[in-house]
Amino acid sequence: MAKNISANLTEIRPPRKSFLGRRESDRLASRLFLFLSTVPLFLIIVILAALIYRSWPIIRTHSIWDLLAGQVWKPIQGLFGFYPFISGTIWVTVVAMILAIPPCLLTAIYLVEYAHTPLKTVMKPLLDLLASIPSVVYGVWGLVAIVPWVQSSLSPFLSRWLGFIPLFRSDNPTGFSVISGSIVLAVMVAPFIIAVTYEVMHTVPEGLRHASLAIGATRWQTVRYAVLPQVLPGIVAGVVLGGSRALGETMAVLMVVGNVAKSPTSIFDPAYPLPALIANNYGEMLSIPMYDAALLGAALVLMLMVLMFNVASTLVLRHILRRSA
Amino acid sequence: MMKRRHVEEAFFKILMIGSLALVAGSLGFILLTVIIKGLPALNLAMLTQTPKGGFYLGKEGGILNAIIGSLYLALGGTLLALVFSLPLALYLQAYARRTGWADIVRLALDVLWGIPSIVYGAFGFTLMLALGMRASLLGGIITLAFLELPIMTRSMDEVIRMMPHEMEQAAYAVGATRLETALKVVTRQMLPGILTAVLLAFGRGIGDAASVLFTAGYTDRIPTSLMRPAASLPLAVFFQLGTPFPEVQKRAYASALILTVIVLAISLGSRWIAGRLSRYTIR
Repeated sequence: MAKNISANLTEIRPPRKSFLGRRESDRLASRLFLFLSTVPLFLIIVILAALIYRSWPIIRTHSIWDLLAGQVWKPIQGLFGFYPFISGTIWVTVVAMILAIPPCLLTAIYLVEYAHTPLKTVMKPLLDLLASIPSVVYGVWGLVAIVPWVQSSLSPFLSRWLGFIPLFRSDNPTGFSVISGSIVLAVMVAPFIIAVTYEVMHTVPEGLRHASLAIGATRWQTVRYAVLPQVLPGIVAGVVLGGSRALGETMAVLMVVGNVAKSPTSIFDPAYPLPALIANNYGEMLSIPMYDAALLGAALVLMLMVLMFNVASTLVLRHILRRSA
Repeated sequence: MMKRRHVEEAFFKILMIGSLALVAGSLGFILLTVIIKGLPALNLAMLTQTPKGGFYLGKEGGILNAIIGSLYLALGGTLLALVFSLPLALYLQAYARRTGWADIVRLALDVLWGIPSIVYGAFGFTLMLALGMRASLLGGIITLAFLELPIMTRSMDEVIRMMPHEMEQAAYAVGATRLETALKVVTRQMLPGILTAVLLAFGRGIGDAASVLFTAGYTDRIPTSLMRPAASLPLAVFFQLGTPFPEVQKRAYASALILTVIVLAISLGSRWIAGRLSRYTIR
């Protein structure tokens, strides 16, 4: 009997001797991981530095004001005005957000406050699918479905009945316009805005809803007076974050906005957003002096615009989601 | 007589259901458009041949070069990103869970996630010029890895955050070090979620056009080395649409269909795999 036990004891092997001891490897990994964790911050700084460095020739020779407010883009004559492109970017993005916000918020509210579990389990993968469609496919859809529709129906209709408002005036015979880009963009950011709104609305404690319902409020009144005031900053932040994603969208927008380097004044005018400018001209940029510096300057302007909205809204959102966690 | 608030309730309920239908309908509309336009032009030659002479004038050939090129690019980019993002995500959860530094790293990742892919493309191109590289498979892979890194890391981070705290504490209690806990407990338990994060990043990488536009180039051949240029599906769609020939444009629709099918298969497949794998985790 005793012999048996000792036989069993010898079978318990001592810890395997590895190259490094367990503690040492933990400490080494800790240092390695700490080093790795500096990579994201480092990457942001390097991207900014690289863009500034490469666009330096044009920042040095042109005043910032001339670049940002200049209306004329004639690289061969050395004229690099970013204004039409900046305004094109803002037009397409703002109109897209105006189109996207009401249906996205209503959808998110419905999913959080009204929908039963089966609908939720169907909608989640559906929204994931919508988010996973590549931008160039959205572009194809815009090109074959939205642009012709804008040309044949929306533009004649709106300019006929609302043409006295400058916003809806149309002297563009094609469908390649701000509104086409905005419609495509609105569908592209929809899953994102819905997801953020959904998450933010879930931070409101159930008890608050129950209290409101208990005193006889309808569901909508509960949403309107008890839930939404609590989460409004979060929803705004989510929308701004979605907008910052939309600012940089390249391929889909490029394929449907017409790419004319002139500030739009109506939603039926063509536009030429910054990402499209970079994508369209990168090939020939090394042949004209200063052209590459100007295009990287455009990338820098785009990046700074995105960073501004992105950092602010991310911080607000984090604060709100943290509060609930 | 209905009270005003009940009318309001009904009104907004209709609006909400309409919005839901609009969002779901857009997905259907997009898929239907791509299928209707792409299916007639799709044939076996598209999938199995590289472009022959005069392909861009409407002569025969296929886009095998772009399919293979895209798979190479996305696979390479995803693997390269994984090497950094798995340790990073484990670090954020197991080592630095609630510290200020972890918050800063997360903020940096969120900011990186928001940077437009065209900016990554421009940056990648600048980097390659500085290193004396030409447009190549490797350049595309590196740029895609930058693009995918924040997506993958933040998704993993969110997944690992869901892990029950007690499981980690149990591992520490029996004397495991943080590294052992991270590798042998957290990674195994969270494998389905980690895989979903990897596939999400892969899908994003394979569909992205703007970042590979300047960095990977385009070629009619299947790349044989990392230093050769590589074609990609999104760019195949884009370039073929840009030609004035209806025959070639039809192929662009077919290419878009192929790309959509690949991306949707990844998206649906990752759900399925995650479901299968989660059987082997402890609940």
